[in-house]
Amino acid sequence: MVEFQYVITDREGIHARPAGELVKKANGFQSSITIHKGEKSGDAKRIFAIMALAAKKDEEIRVTVEGPDEAQAAAQIEAFLKENL
Amino acid sequence: MKMTILTGKSVFGGIAIGRLSFYKRGQGTIQRRHVEDTARESQRFEEARQQAIRELKGLYDKALQEVGEANAAIFEIHQMMLDDLDYRESVSNIIETQKVNAEYAVGTTADNFAQMFSSMDDAYMQGRAADVKDVSDRVLRILSGGSDEGQTLTEPCIIAADDLVPSETVQLDKSRVLAFATMYGSANSHTAILARTMGIPAVIGLGERLDPSMDGVTAVVDGFEGRVILDPDAETLAVMQNRQEQEQKRRELLLSLRGKETVTKDGRMVNLYANIGNVSDLGAALQNDAGGIGLFRSEFLYLENEDYPTEEEQFQVYKTAAMNMAGKKVIIRTLDIGADKQAPYFELPKEENPAMGMRAIRICLTRPQVFKTQLRALYRASAFGQIAIMFPMITSLKEVRAIRGIAEGVKSELKAEGIPFQEDVELGIMIETPAAVMVSPELAREVDFFSVGTNDLTQYTLAVDRQNSSLEEFFDPRHPAVLRMLRMTAEAAHQAGIWVGICGELAADLELTEEFLRMGIDELSVSPGMILPLRQKIRELDLSDPR
Repeated sequence: MVEFQYVITDREGIHARPAGELVKKANGFQSSITIHKGEKSGDAKRIFAIMALAAKKDEEIRVTVEGPDEAQAAAQIEAFLKENL
Repeated sequence: MKMTILTGKSVFGGIAIGRLSFYKRGQGTIQRRHVEDTARESQRFEEARQQAIRELKGLYDKALQEVGEANAAIFEIHQMMLDDLDYRESVSNIIETQKVNAEYAVGTTADNFAQMFSSMDDAYMQGRAADVKDVSDRVLRILSGGSDEGQTLTEPCIIAADDLVPSETVQLDKSRVLAFATMYGSANSHTAILARTMGIPAVIGLGERLDPSMDGVTAVVDGFEGRVILDPDAETLAVMQNRQEQEQKRRELLLSLRGKETVTKDGRMVNLYANIGNVSDLGAALQNDAGGIGLFRSEFLYLENEDYPTEEEQFQVYKTAAMNMAGKKVIIRTLDIGADKQAPYFELPKEENPAMGMRAIRICLTRPQVFKTQLRALYRASAFGQIAIMFPMITSLKEVRAIRGIAEGVKSELKAEGIPFQEDVELGIMIETPAAVMVSPELAREVDFFSVGTNDLTQYTLAVDRQNSSLEEFFDPRHPAVLRMLRMTAEAAHQAGIWVGICGELAADLELTEEFLRMGIDELSVSPGMILPLRQKIRELDLSDPR
């Protein structure tokens, strides 16, 4: 399992568009990708789960990736977050 | 039925006259039906879901062509919502465990998911409940055997509805839609934005007096005044038809001049911008092909409120303007309150001579907190487009330096908070006092641009109160003194290498256009309706001709 943390810098947080982009990205991997925020967590391949986290600017999220392509998936998801959120 | 006038909020100007057609939605109420063959119901749902996704793909492509990627993205998100495993599992689980029909399972799931969004502590997320409903309604419509044609329109008509969701507006046969009139909705709803992009007159928030029993009556949608006239009498109809014809002529002019450069025969380019007083005017500015916004009066934020507008409220407005103008310049003037524009909560003391009293920048500098809130909102919005900031009623270098100091303070605050903004936002000043003209060489070294407010400059130069109608014959903006002031201002600006514009009413005076250009004025900012006539005028001028 690979794990990393990220602090949202986008002032609107994970709103519909980036959530959609994230889901698209996550679906490109076999690994299961989970986003945690505090007590809550959501499957990165499910748009409602991601939106329900309501992650806002300055909030920290933790991403866990588990599966055959976990290293590559984690690296790309992290790059995506840095670029878009 | 007697003539009735309903008032609402205009999201796009223009006049439409025609038959009112109430938007009819395919489905009625959802019935809960007991089923034995749950596998078959799940299969029905799956087929409807696939069909819905295909339709959404089609809508995405259609919207992409008609209104661009940013507006089309919503249909891609709608597809993902239907692909979402939680959503699909919820529907299947309800079918399996309760042994009910697919319609009921979809309806219940939609309610639950919408509820989840509505209860979130965030206005944006609350608004997403409508998206869940929209995609679910699509599946329900397919389940009930309805087609995706939405409203089939046999003749051009005015579409009336409680409110329209994005998939409904984009599906309409726009060659047959004259206008929109809705009971609810906000200026920032998908519908308003799409209507603006499509250039269809639209009035929203007409309230419940607009009801389906009015289907079929003749109506006038007046997007200029934000009203809908139902069953107009002959006289009103004639007046509105006349206005519509004028509008038509203006549109023809528009068609021939849209997209053309504002350039004289001898090649002098002029920036032709729009003056606006509210975000609802952005549509008109774009429709008239404004090169930017030369004067966005921010007063409405203060005058329409019962209390000081918050940073967030202001930010949303400025951001909307910056984004709608998509990279074109948006010059926002900081609050110009006082004199004839009063907001009670400012508690400004009564004055003997308000035109020369506590107003505009003087309020900002004596109440720095109010000023800082506005500047923070403006800088934050600068990350979303090309914002420039303009300060009114300047008389001295000292004021300009004080303003720059406060602006620098705001910038370092934002930096410390990690909030993005544009570092080099242009800061300019209004030239509307004779004092500013006289010290314009010094001022020009401290700011990025000048914009001349001719109404106040005339009032202060000629010592004529512009609010006093009995002095009308003495109020002459073409007075040589005023024109000489303009020339001095232009020279000072160019000497310092900054640009100079005019944003007062005089900018639209076609008889002075040539003189302004000969003075070297770089920018003219006028009401949206004057942009194209002015462009026409400029394109006919040849400054290489000696006078």
